[in-house]
Amino acid sequence: MSQTDRPQDASSVSRRGFLRGMSASALAAGALAPAAQALAATVGANAGPGATTSAKAAATVFGPAPIAVNLTINGKTRELRLEPRVTLLDALRNHLDLTGAKKVCDRATCGACTVLLDGKAVYSCTVLAVEAQGKAIETVEGLAEANNGAAPIQKCFVANDAQQCGFCTPGFVMACESVRRRNPHANREQALAELGGNLCRCGTYHGVANAVLDAIHGTTGGK
Amino acid sequence: MADLAWPNPDDCTLIGKRVPRLDGPDKCAGRAKYTYDINRPRMLWAKFATCPFGRARVKSIDIAPAETMAGVVAVEVIAGAGTECKVAFQEVAVVAAESEEIAREAARRIKIEWEPLEHNVVDDDVAMAGNKAKAGKEALTEDFAAAIDGAAVISETEVGCSIITHCCLEPHGSVVEVTEVDGKTSVMAWCSSQAVSGVGGEFAQAAGVDAANVHVSCQHMGGGFGSKFGADLWGALAARLSKKTGRPVKVMLERDMELALAGSRPSAFARMRVGVEDDGAIIAWESAAWGSGGNGGGMGAPSLPYVFGNVEHKKTQTTPIFTNTGGARAWRAPNHPQMCLLTMAALSDAAAELGMDELEFVKKNLGLTGRADVYAEELGIAAELIDWKKKWMPRGDQRGVLRRGLGLAMHTWGGGPHDSNVQCTLHPDGGVEIRCGTQDLGVGARTTIGIVAAETFGIPLNKVTVLIGDNRYPASGGSGGSTTVGAISTATRHACVQALNKLCEAVAPEMNAAAEALVAKDGMVRGKESTAGGVPFADACRRIGTQPIVTMGQTQRGNGMSDQGVGGVQMAEVEVDCETGIVTMQKLVAVQDCGRIIDLLTTESQVRGAMIMGVCAALYEERIMDPVTGTLLNPDLEFYKLAGIADVGELVVHMMQTPDHLKRGVIGIGEPPAISPMAAISNAVANAIGARVKRCPMTPDRVLAAMKA
Ligand code: FES
Ligand code: FES
Repeated sequence: MSQTDRPQDASSVSRRGFLRGMSASALAAGALAPAAQALAATVGANAGPGATTSAKAAATVFGPAPIAVNLTINGKTRELRLEPRVTLLDALRNHLDLTGAKKVCDRATCGACTVLLDGKAVYSCTVLAVEAQGKAIETVEGLAEANNGAAPIQKCFVANDAQQCGFCTPGFVMACESVRRRNPHANREQALAELGGNLCRCGTYHGVANAVLDAIHGTTGGK
Repeated sequence: MADLAWPNPDDCTLIGKRVPRLDGPDKCAGRAKYTYDINRPRMLWAKFATCPFGRARVKSIDIAPAETMAGVVAVEVIAGAGTECKVAFQEVAVVAAESEEIAREAARRIKIEWEPLEHNVVDDDVAMAGNKAKAGKEALTEDFAAAIDGAAVISETEVGCSIITHCCLEPHGSVVEVTEVDGKTSVMAWCSSQAVSGVGGEFAQAAGVDAANVHVSCQHMGGGFGSKFGADLWGALAARLSKKTGRPVKVMLERDMELALAGSRPSAFARMRVGVEDDGAIIAWESAAWGSGGNGGGMGAPSLPYVFGNVEHKKTQTTPIFTNTGGARAWRAPNHPQMCLLTMAALSDAAAELGMDELEFVKKNLGLTGRADVYAEELGIAAELIDWKKKWMPRGDQRGVLRRGLGLAMHTWGGGPHDSNVQCTLHPDGGVEIRCGTQDLGVGARTTIGIVAAETFGIPLNKVTVLIGDNRYPASGGSGGSTTVGAISTATRHACVQALNKLCEAVAPEMNAAAEALVAKDGMVRGKESTAGGVPFADACRRIGTQPIVTMGQTQRGNGMSDQGVGGVQMAEVEVDCETGIVTMQKLVAVQDCGRIIDLLTTESQVRGAMIMGVCAALYEERIMDPVTGTLLNPDLEFYKLAGIADVGELVVHMMQTPDHLKRGVIGIGEPPAISPMAAISNAVANAIGARVKRCPMTPDRVLAAMKA
């Protein structure tokens, strides 16, 4: 998320603007100090459907009511109406039934929700859907579909038994795919270092390590 | 025709080989639908308001702020005014709303006034736990005192391990749809459950219908490890809310509730004394153990000393501690890993005290175990795989900053099968369908069934359709205690052999052969003695007429079909940075027997997974409670630490598959390899630094403290 306020731009949301939007709903929960409540109340009053501009910060304020959000997912444009607080992960899972990416920690620690955003692996639980507008979103389903049901990395996962319960698997697949694309010559150490942001409870790391190296070097015999 | 007996290993094309799991392609393409992934039209999301203290009374509760929120459809109070909550994160109220975000926000808006009450979250100190520690009776063999006093050497050990949680990556939960048509109520429940055939009753009760009207499905589940047998309050609430609102309801726990409430493994600590002779023979064992499984006390069987149970002179005593924390649930080999740690640490310390190689020491005492021959062989193989002879150094001999150490541990488990029923449908076009109300926790149950059916019919694996995870299929036991593989494999074999024999009878006349003389192999039905020719399997099936052959199979025990009772050995090599206290896994070796293996690939995965869970318990994960408020201090995956892919070192698995092992039949594998890692790693660290780290996980601070002591 951007750390500074950006000029008004329908496709980007500032951090401060976002937090203000949140304040409006947090206010009702009675969770804020009185001064902050007063500020939030002003913003809240302004924050009707769609976006409004707060004069002081010159930032675009969205929500809390649903707004139009356009996402480019696996090459297709999807038009949604979402509350601005909806994460990319929840937009995918709850609004588009793209349930490949999983919700495990919801706090950017486990990697189960990994998708590619403009080719870069991100935790989709920690990206707002509105932030992902204008970027190419690639999910585990898209990766399979673009490759006749299974991309090479996915075939390597199967051959190397890189999944047990499989709940961490889609996240690992996308993280591995990103390693493979960015570092097509990664050795074992480099590859594993890049996969440190994904957790597996069943303990399938041996298979995952073999799968990613297999995909990169074709070394472990899986096809 | 085929005998029920397992085919000769040399004749098998699938059984015992490395076969990729059937649902692998769906899982890694994101197509596999877990309970969490079920989205239904008009579905509501449920979220909870919970207790922020270890123990507190609800003084008042006001749900109006939630009820009046746009998008909220139902609010139910679970713990009304006056109710005493006994553990942090206990459910106080539940909100069902149009979206996940609204449900979460509404739950937060519920106003609850609390009267905090005295609580206990201390599970590691008998004195501090006060009257929450209930000392158990002392068990004492005759002449114990004289025996231990007469020992050449008495070594003393204090060690233990924290409470850990199951931490399934898919949390506990259900999606339930109660529908009423013409006055008849029926329930559709998707539930992340280890007991699909049995869990329907809980939904039935919650929805006020007969279990016959409840359809349960669990096609894929994101881990269970012993914590997911029932529908729990969460499933029951989903049913109740669905009935009340007339809409499908999804209840999946958030990570904090999952870690706080949805299952944990008891802690265990002990002070031990081991009396040994000069030659290393153990003659006396004394232990005072304590620990907690939460609000139910805890610390059950097996007793100490573990594996080496036949020590002649023993004095043992256990003190369970009752805490205001989420209760224990069966955790992969309940209590075995803890007892293994306590025992193997004490033995390792005794060996060090004597100046003996730990490996020689346990070999010397194998007579005290129930499976001396198995262990002896496994110890030999493991020692070779880790290069024990060359690498082992006496404890505390190293001086550098980075010190290497070796440690070992041994374990035992049952793994006999539960009762399972399997239906085989052999279609006239050669299609094979297997139905079984079992579930696949990620261990490869689906693949196991497919392999046995395909092998029996002599057809490729992809010609078999395996249908599981549904309570409308023939009932199968809950998946716990490593009981599943022996059950489903033998029941599948039983069902398929009967169907095959009916097929042979149907085609025998046209093939001019006796049904007894026919076999199914390489996709053909042909004479026993021939290696080529015959009738293609699908053609043969056409002769059975228009009706498919349907047969039922059941679990087969004994007679080389299935068995119970296994032993395993694990050896660990670690490196300890003596300046930072950081322990790095170098290598972990597992040598394990489990009778006859159906799928070597998924079996090895499961063993490695168990080893990694052991690494987590040894070095990383523990539940940390706040003594002041009684709440959980690490209710997230950032501070509830699991090992990552680069933290586990090299994992070597050797499965015992000699003819003697194979002839025992199939035995479960889920629990045994999860038992030894923590103990082996604790011993390896002691070997490296010359001191026992008193508690697992062996975090850097604990390692440094042990080195200072
Ligand atoms: S769910 Fe996003 S990182 Fe864990
Ligand atoms: S396979 Fe189960 S969490 Fe990774």
